[in-house]
Amino acid sequence: MTLVKDSPTAPGRERLPALAPGRRGRRRETLAGYLFMSPWLAGFLLLTAGPMIASLYYAFTSYNLFTPPQWVGLDNFTTMFQDPRWQKSVQVTLKYVVVATPLKLLLALGVALLLAQSRRGQTLYRAAFYLPSLIGASVSVGFVWRALFSDDAVVDRTQQVFGIDWGGWIGNPDHVLYALVALSIWQFGAPMVIFLAGLRQVPVELYEAAEVDGAGALRRFWNITLPMISPVLFFNVLLESIHAFQVFGSAYVVSDTRCGPADATLVYTCYLYQKGFKESQMGFASAMAWTLVIAVALVTAVLFWSQKKWVHYADSADSTEAAT
Amino acid sequence: MTSALSPAAGPATERRRRGSVVWHLGALVVLAVVLYPVIWVAGAAVKPSKDIVGSLDLIPVEPVWSNFSGLADGISGISVGSFFVNSLTYAVLAVVGVVLSSSLTAYAFAKIRFAGRKLLFTLMIGTLLLPYHVLLIPQYVLFRHLGYIDTLVPLVAGKFLATEAFFVFLMMQFMRGLPKELDEAARLDGCGHLRTYWSIVLPLSRPALITSAIFTFINAWNDFMGPLIYLNSPSKYTVSLGLMMFRDQEGISNYGGMIAMSLVALLPVLAFFLAFQRHLIDGMATSGLKG
Repeated sequence: MTLVKDSPTAPGRERLPALAPGRRGRRRETLAGYLFMSPWLAGFLLLTAGPMIASLYYAFTSYNLFTPPQWVGLDNFTTMFQDPRWQKSVQVTLKYVVVATPLKLLLALGVALLLAQSRRGQTLYRAAFYLPSLIGASVSVGFVWRALFSDDAVVDRTQQVFGIDWGGWIGNPDHVLYALVALSIWQFGAPMVIFLAGLRQVPVELYEAAEVDGAGALRRFWNITLPMISPVLFFNVLLESIHAFQVFGSAYVVSDTRCGPADATLVYTCYLYQKGFKESQMGFASAMAWTLVIAVALVTAVLFWSQKKWVHYADSADSTEAAT
Repeated sequence: MTSALSPAAGPATERRRRGSVVWHLGALVVLAVVLYPVIWVAGAAVKPSKDIVGSLDLIPVEPVWSNFSGLADGISGISVGSFFVNSLTYAVLAVVGVVLSSSLTAYAFAKIRFAGRKLLFTLMIGTLLLPYHVLLIPQYVLFRHLGYIDTLVPLVAGKFLATEAFFVFLMMQFMRGLPKELDEAARLDGCGHLRTYWSIVLPLSRPALITSAIFTFINAWNDFMGPLIYLNSPSKYTVSLGLMMFRDQEGISNYGGMIAMSLVALLPVLAFFLAFQRHLIDGMATSGLKG
C-alpha cells in the first residue's frame, strides 16, 4: 500500500497526515472525514433517521396535527387492513407494478439490443428515446396523456379502426390504469440506457467464439448476453419496481385529483396523501407508510435472495472465456 | 463507429444491407411512438381549444396564437410569469445545494480514509432504496413546527444536506476515477483537504457536477408532490401547481391556454436535454454499472 519513501526530514512528516500512518494523522483524517460529511450527517439524522423513528411512533397514535398524538396501539393497522379503500389501493398498486415494470423493462431491453448494434444515427436514436424519462414526471405530460387517451382522441380513434370502442381510457374505470401503465412504459429510456451500458461491457470475443461454435442468435442471447448483463438487469428490476410502488403524480394528474374514476387509479401513495393531507389522519397515514416500507423491503429482500440463482457476477465470464 | 464496416463477399453484403433496412425501420417506429406526444403538444398549443382533443392533424394547417397571448392575463389574478419565477428559484437553489453538499460528501467517501466510512456508505446507499413516503409526514410535521410551511425551505433543505444519495454516489464514482497522483501530490505539497477539494478535485469533477446539476434542475422543475404538500398560497405556486390550478379553474373554458402553458413549461427541460443529452445519458449509464 504505502510505497512512499520515508522522508528523512521530520517536519515534512508532520505535514502529511494522509500519508503518515501515525495515530495522530489517522485521528486528523477521521476528523476531516466527518467534517466533510457533516452536511450529509445532519441531513441523515434530521431528515431521514429522525423522521423515520417519528413516523414509526405516529403509526401507533391518533394524530391530527392540532392536538398531540395519542397512543392507540395497533388500531391504525387493524382499521387499515379492514378498510375497503385501502384494500383497493393495494390491489391497484400491485396491478400497476406487476404490469408496468416487466413491460417497461422488456421494451427497454429490446430497444437496447437494437441500439447496441453500431449503425448510423444510433446515438441520435438513443438520445431521443431517453427524452421521455426526463419529461414524463411533469404535469405537462400528464395533461398531454389525459388528452391523448380521452374519448375520441387519437388512441380511441385508432382503436375504433380495429372495431374496439372503449369511449376513451380516461373516464373508464376498467381501462384508466392502463393509461398510467402506458405512461410508465413510454419512459423506457432510462433503463434502456443502463442496459446499453451493460451490453457494451460484454466482451466481443465471447460472441465470436460462440459464432465459431455455430450458436444461433437466440442461443447467443440466452447463453451469453443474458447472463453477462444479469447484474444490470437485476439493478433495473430492483429500481424500477421500487419506483413503481411509489407512483403518485401520474395518478393524480392523468386521471383526476381524487385518483378516480371509481378509485380505479387509487394507487397507494394517492390514498396515503388523501388520508394524511386531506383528512389530517397523520397516524393512519404513517401506518400506511410503514406498511409500504415493509412491503418494499420484502420485495427487495426477495430480489436480493433470488439473485444467487440468476445473477452472474464478473468471474463467471472467465470460465466461458476459458472454453475459447 | 469505426469498426462498423468490414470487408465481406457479395451475398453477405446484401444480407447486411437488408438487416440495416430492418434496423432503421424498427428504430423509426419506436422513434415515432416516443416523439408523438411531444410533437402533439407543440401542435395542440396552436390549435383552437375545441380542436385539440379530437383533431388528428399533428400540426394544424392554420396555427392560432391566441392560446399564448391569452396567458398574459394570468390565472385568477396570478401572472403566469410568477409561477415560472418561483420554479426557477426553487430549481436554482436546489442545484446550488446539491452540488455543494453532495460534492463535499462524495469527497469524504472517495478521498478520505476514516473510521466508520463503510458503515456510513452502506447507510447512504440504503436511503436510495427507502420509499420517501415514510418521511413525508414526519418531515411535514417538523417543518410545520418550525414555521416553514408555504416557503421553499422544506423543498430545498434536503438538497443542502446531501439527502440525494444518487448524486453523492455519482460524484463519488467520478472522484474515485480521477488519477490518484493528482490529489496525492497536492497533499504532499502540504495542501489540506479543503484546498485539495476546492482547487484540485472539484474542478476535475466538472462532468459529474454538471450532470448532477442538470438532473437536479429538471427534478425540481418537474417536482409536483413537494410543492403540492408545502405551498399553499397561489402567489408561491411553482409551474406544476400553476398548471393544476389552471386546470381546476379554467381547464374547460380555456383548454387551449392550458395546453399552451404546458408546452412552455416543458421548454426549459427540452433546452437542457438538447444542450446536455450526452452528459445526462452518460450519468444515467454509470449509475447502473456499479449497482
